[in-house]
Amino acid sequence: MADDTRTPQTEPVDEYEREKVPPRAWLGFSSFVGQYAGEHTAGTELMIGPLFIASGVTAVDVVGGLFVGNLLAVLSWVFLTAPIAVRARLTLYFQLEKICGRKLVTVYNLANGVMFCFLAGAMVTVNATAAGVWLHIAMPGLNDLYPNSAGWVATVLVMGLLMTVVAAYGYKVVARIANIAAPWMVLVFIAYGIIGARQLGIDSVSTFWPKAQELIWTGGLPLAGRAKFTFWHVMFFAWFCNMAMHIGMADLSVFRYARKSWYAVSSAAGMYLGHFIAWLAASILYAQQLHATPGNTAVLPGPLAYNAAGIAGVMCVIVAGWTTANPTIYRAGLAFQAISPSSSRYRVTLMTGALATIAGMFPAIAMKLLDFVALYGLVLMPMGAVVFVDFWLAKRCAFQSNYAEVSGTDINWAAGLAWVLTVAGCLAIVNMGGLQIYFVGLPGWFAAATLYIVLSRLLQRKEVRL
Amino acid sequence: MKTAARLISLVSLAGTILPPVLFFTGHIGLDATKVWMLVATIAWFAATPFWMDR
Repeated sequence: MADDTRTPQTEPVDEYEREKVPPRAWLGFSSFVGQYAGEHTAGTELMIGPLFIASGVTAVDVVGGLFVGNLLAVLSWVFLTAPIAVRARLTLYFQLEKICGRKLVTVYNLANGVMFCFLAGAMVTVNATAAGVWLHIAMPGLNDLYPNSAGWVATVLVMGLLMTVVAAYGYKVVARIANIAAPWMVLVFIAYGIIGARQLGIDSVSTFWPKAQELIWTGGLPLAGRAKFTFWHVMFFAWFCNMAMHIGMADLSVFRYARKSWYAVSSAAGMYLGHFIAWLAASILYAQQLHATPGNTAVLPGPLAYNAAGIAGVMCVIVAGWTTANPTIYRAGLAFQAISPSSSRYRVTLMTGALATIAGMFPAIAMKLLDFVALYGLVLMPMGAVVFVDFWLAKRCAFQSNYAEVSGTDINWAAGLAWVLTVAGCLAIVNMGGLQIYFVGLPGWFAAATLYIVLSRLLQRKEVRL
Repeated sequence: MKTAARLISLVSLAGTILPPVLFFTGHIGLDATKVWMLVATIAWFAATPFWMDR
């Protein structure tokens, strides 16, 4: 067992966590291109693409929706996240602590950690489907919510524990593999689409579009248990699937290192390689599966990749899943550790990985990944609105910015209430059938911003207020 | 050494994407595509660590 008190060589170094990033540590444009391209070409992309087909999208809706939605995501990073990041040059957590107070940030960390855990669980699920190709176990179907065989549970357990131990002790090795694998992974994802298209009988570029409308994204009824997707569903999903990162401001921690705020256009590398090409390629593989075996609606990235690209294809699923689960488990561990700073980071990461592994046994998270990703963004988004308003509008709206730091309070109730009321309101609207979860994020952001302004004016102590 | 490794990496990237393109145009079969992609994958991971991210 490692000594808990020393900083191990295998841990990533978190620099400038409680200070501004100094100019000597600022990074150039290319650093961000590589990071975004790698981070957004994950194993879970192979789950998301097929789920669009299961939701009965047309070719125009999926291509148009992804193009516009990803553009809006890039613009959100460029115009909302990066301008604050390069001015404040602080992590989201430190900036939130100044605004919200120590106790409220702890609650935020707990929510963040739980969400990261479930996301890592979906990545473990994806990797287990890759291992299942060779183990010939009974794998879950599209509408399965619970583990469906002992073989599945055992496979997830082994994959999850391996990923967890590596996240705790070999973080840097996997981070290096992630960098090395990124260009190869992108090409294998493109290869999936090319091979899948040919297997569907598309044999020239000129016939791709008409045949895609006829054979791949045909529209029509969604599969059983799925909501029908239109252009607007796809667009809002593509825009908001990383809502926690851009509108939610988590990537303040990334762009605080950027020399210029326009470097955030580098996020386009992740959006258009991962969330455009990879999703469309994965869609094509699933369409081919439905075409070849019409009753087989299971979304299993391992077999899908193996049928198209053989062992190299399955390796890509494993590497893509592992290299993104690694930082996800680690970040979840960090979020939990912030709640109890005296705990060993190793033990917290191991416990976090165990939780993610248990979550990964339940295929519900992966099979309902579109809904989960939308929920994940929704839960964290209001704090992004709080940061935005506090940074740009506090003076104009006559309330004190960084209220917790100035007043010395542990909880800024204006921020806390804006967060809880926004999430509760959005979920109530979704549950009452008023709007689907993909559409509540945008009005939710304005609601959170307005609530924070009004509540700050009402609740801030007058001697502290401007 | 690094130059040779870079060259092998470049060739292996081409070897990852060319077989699917040739399969698409009907010049090779699916089994051959899978074999060449695996060979290219092995070459990529064997050569690239010598020059990238060191």
